[in-house]
Amino acid sequence: MRTLFDKLWDAHVVLTREDGASLLWVDRHYVHEGSHHAFAKLDARGLAVAEPALTVGVADHYVPTRRGGGITDPDIARMVATLEGNAARHGVRLFGLDDPRQGIVHVTGPEQGLTLPGMLVVCGDSHTSTHGALGAYGFGIGATEVAHVLATQTVWQKKPARMRLNFHGTAAPGVGAKDMALHWIAALGADGARGHAVEYAGPAVRALSVEGRLTLCNLSIEGGARCGMVAPDQVLFDWLRARPHAPADFDRAAEDWAGLATDAGAEFDREESIDMGLVAPVVTWGTSPEDAAPITATVPDPARAPEGKAARIAQALDYMGLRPGQKLTEVAVDQVFIGSCTNARIEDLRAAAAVLAGRRAKVPGMVSPGSTLVKAQAEGEGLDRVFRDAGLDWVASGCSMCVGMNGDLVPPGRRCASSTNRNFRGRQGPGARTHLMSPAMVAAAAVTGHLADVRPLLRGRA
Amino acid sequence: MSGWTHHQGLAVGMAAENIDTDQLIPARFMSAPRSAGYGRFLLHDLRGPDFPLDAPGAKGASVLVAGRNFGSGSSREAAVYALVDAGFRVVIAPSFGDIFAANAVNNGLLPARADTAALLPALPAPLDVDLDAQTITGAGQALGFDIDPVWKTKLINGWDDIDMTASYRAQIAQFAAKRREQAPWIWDTSERNANRGTAPTPGRPS
Repeated sequence: MRTLFDKLWDAHVVLTREDGASLLWVDRHYVHEGSHHAFAKLDARGLAVAEPALTVGVADHYVPTRRGGGITDPDIARMVATLEGNAARHGVRLFGLDDPRQGIVHVTGPEQGLTLPGMLVVCGDSHTSTHGALGAYGFGIGATEVAHVLATQTVWQKKPARMRLNFHGTAAPGVGAKDMALHWIAALGADGARGHAVEYAGPAVRALSVEGRLTLCNLSIEGGARCGMVAPDQVLFDWLRARPHAPADFDRAAEDWAGLATDAGAEFDREESIDMGLVAPVVTWGTSPEDAAPITATVPDPARAPEGKAARIAQALDYMGLRPGQKLTEVAVDQVFIGSCTNARIEDLRAAAAVLAGRRAKVPGMVSPGSTLVKAQAEGEGLDRVFRDAGLDWVASGCSMCVGMNGDLVPPGRRCASSTNRNFRGRQGPGARTHLMSPAMVAAAAVTGHLADVRPLLRGRA
Repeated sequence: MSGWTHHQGLAVGMAAENIDTDQLIPARFMSAPRSAGYGRFLLHDLRGPDFPLDAPGAKGASVLVAGRNFGSGSSREAAVYALVDAGFRVVIAPSFGDIFAANAVNNGLLPARADTAALLPALPAPLDVDLDAQTITGAGQALGFDIDPVWKTKLINGWDDIDMTASYRAQIAQFAAKRREQAPWIWDTSERNANRGTAPTPGRPS
């Protein structure tokens, strides 16, 4: 009797050394502009890419989101050109800046059907946990490991402990995968799942769309998990079948994939449960994803915090410019951002548009679709008009204001309601104040000008 | 990379929890080539008059003692480059981000897991780190630390993974052949369904 993770692990072990380290085969390796350190390491040794066909490049981290007139920043132009050069030299397929399939790597890979169930997927990016939504074993690695994968198509790992996170009950209206993720991270901590491979299970997970599962698995790393995953089912197969790179004999592959589930009675090293009855629309108030609370709550008071937490809360509130006891719904925002590998897929844009339709944003903001294909689909559905009519900027796809590498920054001291994954100090720019939430909640903040409960705004809609 | 078993050096403390890799090196510095040196980017945006690493007594420190969940977040190995290039050989914290810890070991930097509460108030002070015995002594303290045994061996021997893996080339080729037989679609990535990449499925907010 094995867990889903055991099956994924076993299927990739080339060998296990006496000391317990295993050499794992990599089925899919995604690279991006930030992989330049790893390619430099490869070049320094005069090595070739071992399996160019299993390696896929995507331009996302540094690409401009305003594309008229090419890249004006020479530093960014150099990063994009370096990736193009490395991909061409090593025979690696690239979804570059001008490719209609370009997008954020964790959106593009699944969308293209390049990530498939049962695969081991790595990328020099911590949000590679996203790919677990397709029943894959996906995890982020550093530059030395990226170079190792390029050179050998393998990666050394020690088997993580197995953890199951059960979501019981059903999601209330206005509650989605982002809320489920921030809720468990607040409950268990930003290192709550450290060292564990997490399988998300239970009726509320089963009820999620593939997009929702991608969001849930994406945020696994914010709870410290090595990876997160959902067992494949018919919902996934229906979503995958028509993807550009889905297997030629899809049914034969799907037969194999149907076995990718935890056997009845298989044991986990750890089990945790979340009662969906307690999960409300969530926002973060501090500088770690664990600093999350229902929108109906107040800003925590360090004076009432448990010992050992008070100093950290006080520092976070100082940085965020918040008062203890302040109602979260009274926190005014300066701008909004909808984008990132966490929440910029078509359903995310639809959810935000459902709130924004016929309304005006009280603050400026930007919407950056997760991929160029998502952008085209959204435009086909008229969603871009909803965003523009609300007063928000509709821009091209990339990591954009989630990480700020392309120059899309929140100015110092400004407060941003954001559909991204990290509210770290300075993440969206030096001195920027980030509140994480679902795309629908970002839309609610946009139309009210402050952090707001999306539920009343959804009445009679969606 | 050369291995090591013993390190003596000045330790500085930074009590804050959740020092993520965005703090260790802000993203805007990461396009620089490594040869330019990353030390000056270390904790760049946290620096200021009261910052412990900038205190007069902290100059030349090579051991960093930190709070829970050190190095969480982004997989950027540049966070380790910044520490190493600034002269650090050891970080001691109650817990680390998994990817950061792996990156650290790949650059000869020891991520030592230990309760740092008693140590922090006594710093800066010289510390003696014995990797073989897994002990930290100095500043009136003597404590043990945890390190994954695989990583410990790697640090002591200064092993390079690419070199090590080269000795398993035959096994990898054999595995790849079997995998290709079992799951041929992994290699067959021709674009056959060119019609679209996104599916118009109705859904709930995610």
